Amino acid sequence: MIVLCLAIVSWGASAQMDHAKMGHSENGHSNMESKMTQKANVSPSIKVEHSLSATTIINNYLLLKDALVEDNGKKAASSGKMLLDVLGKFDLSSQPAPKQKELKDILDDAKENAEHISENGDKIDHQREHFEILSTDIRDLIVIVGADRTLYQIHCPMYNNNKGGNWLNESKEVKNPLLGTKMPKCGNVIQEITVK
Amino acid sequence: MKWLKRIGLALLVVLVGLQVIPTRTNQSTEVASSDFIKTNKVPEDVGRMLLTSCYNCHSNNTNYPWYSRVQPVGWLLENHINKGKAVLNLSEFGGYSVRKQKSKLKSMANQIEKDEMPLSSYTFIHHDARLSQDSKKVLVDYLNALQDSL
Repeated sequence: MIVLCLAIVSWGASAQMDHAKMGHSENGHSNMESKMTQKANVSPSIKVEHSLSATTIINNYLLLKDALVEDNGKKAASSGKMLLDVLGKFDLSSQPAPKQKELKDILDDAKENAEHISENGDKIDHQREHFEILSTDIRDLIVIVGADRTLYQIHCPMYNNNKGGNWLNESKEVKNPLLGTKMPKCGNVIQEITVK
Repeated sequence: MKWLKRIGLALLVVLVGLQVIPTRTNQSTEVASSDFIKTNKVPEDVGRMLLTSCYNCHSNNTNYPWYSRVQPVGWLLENHINKGKAVLNLSEFGGYSVRKQKSKLKSMANQIEKDEMPLSSYTFIHHDARLSQDSKKVLVDYLNALQDSL
């Protein structure tokens, strides 16, 4: 009986510890200047088909991105939920058959990332990890299905202990969603995605 | 004091009663061909770390501790394992799309590096599942290299 009680109490106590250590800082700023001057792999601009099929996905992705720029985890969670919904409504059958398998993989991964973002409104670091992976999914999606506007892929070399990370933006102006208000200007355009 | 004794006795009866309700266990007899360690031919030291620190909640095979037979602790554990497997099941890893494998490898490396995983509520009881700084580095480097090779 005593052992059982102890086991239950320790479970509860340690579960609280998990919650307590959220919101730790992203990374140190050492080597900042040397890293800032390092060039990421800059690819030439690419042109994608003009299409409205990803419009709602792009809209909600950009809202999510803006919420992370402002360090607003709650807003990011609700945008993540909306993004999850529109990803689920994407009409795969209207896409060319040879591309459907790859698109399904992209959508599945994107949905999983959006879901994590929607469920972790109080863990912005965790939301950003998934946002970074999600950004690659959305870029790859647009390359196949097309877009209705020009988008810019931006790279911040300092994200994730200088491993770097990318996201998509509606303009060349850098407002960093991966580091947020701590480092709003980190980033440079590595690819311009324009519409034919 | 009489009512206190009665409540105590009632609680005891309930707790004893709980023990006889059968529980499902997360154990399989064979290692699936889609198993992470098997498909990726993981080196032995990394495989050992994965088995001790990750597989109990993130695979179809849990090495259950003695207290898992005590209810309601066992149910809490089961819930925990189901949640763990929903986000990452290393027994089915080889069946994931390459994109999903890459995403999971990235998340695994991130979670381990930031000490989010293994959960502190887990290592609190399972000291052997704790990863030292050196082990963490070996594991994270391996996961990153594997991600780049896919």
